[in-house]
Amino acid sequence: MKILSTFLAGLLFGTGLILSGMANPAKVQNFLDLFGTWDPSLAFVMSGAIMVAMPGFWFTRKLPKPLFNDAFQLPTRTDFDPKLIAGAATFGIGWGLGGFCPGPALTALPFANTSTLLFVPAMLVGMMIAKFTSAPVLRNRAA
Amino acid sequence: METDFTPLTSLLGGALIGISAVILLASHGRIAGISGIVSRLLPPSIDRPWLMQGIIFLAGLLFAAPLWTVASGAVPLQLVSENAPLMIIAGLLVGFGSVLGNGCTSGHGVCGISRGSARSIAATATFMATAFGTVFILRHILGG
Repeated sequence: MKILSTFLAGLLFGTGLILSGMANPAKVQNFLDLFGTWDPSLAFVMSGAIMVAMPGFWFTRKLPKPLFNDAFQLPTRTDFDPKLIAGAATFGIGWGLGGFCPGPALTALPFANTSTLLFVPAMLVGMMIAKFTSAPVLRNRAA
Repeated sequence: METDFTPLTSLLGGALIGISAVILLASHGRIAGISGIVSRLLPPSIDRPWLMQGIIFLAGLLFAAPLWTVASGAVPLQLVSENAPLMIIAGLLVGFGSVLGNGCTSGHGVCGISRGSARSIAATATFMATAFGTVFILRHILGG
């Protein structure tokens, strides 16, 4: 059950991304192109996800603990450190350039588009560089 | 290149992502942030207790595209930039930025906002702003 639930979560996530059109970078970039070929679909994806996750999280956190773990492992920080903002700003530039963020890029990997096959390894290298340059602070914090 | 506005399938797809996030929180107490799930599997600090579940989650994620293709009989429409250096730079920035900023579109944008996290709301506003700015420069100033 534990393995099945994790696999199902991954499968639903990927299927959701494909169904929503977000595995297509052109659709993401068109959302980001307010003054050109604007496609507001991405706002509906986020709204759909939040409309389910917000009440779902609220009920889930009423549980004494998760089904297959000893405790909830939620981020606890509330401060706005420069890393959060600098990291998010950097992420946004890359997201705008390629139209891919981590979920859609991995989901689209089996379609084996050349650009996706370049993007994903570069993304993994970028993650490792960030971990190497600030490992002790960031460990177990990435959300 | 124009894409069709798809409010219904996008809303439904989003709902599936929301269900996935709730399953992960209810079963493992984890946030469904893809950058976090993936980066925990990478050196230098591999999250050993999470290793197995992280790999299984990724297997599920990677299984979605072949399953979709077989079930629908067609590969979904995909338009990706063919500019190789651009895609490599984009990948590096996305990977580096999502780890430095502790999250990406899913961790901050969906899960963080759903938890009412002020940090995630600030991060989402920041990456949306730089992403809108980047596409504006890319398409309307450089004309790419």
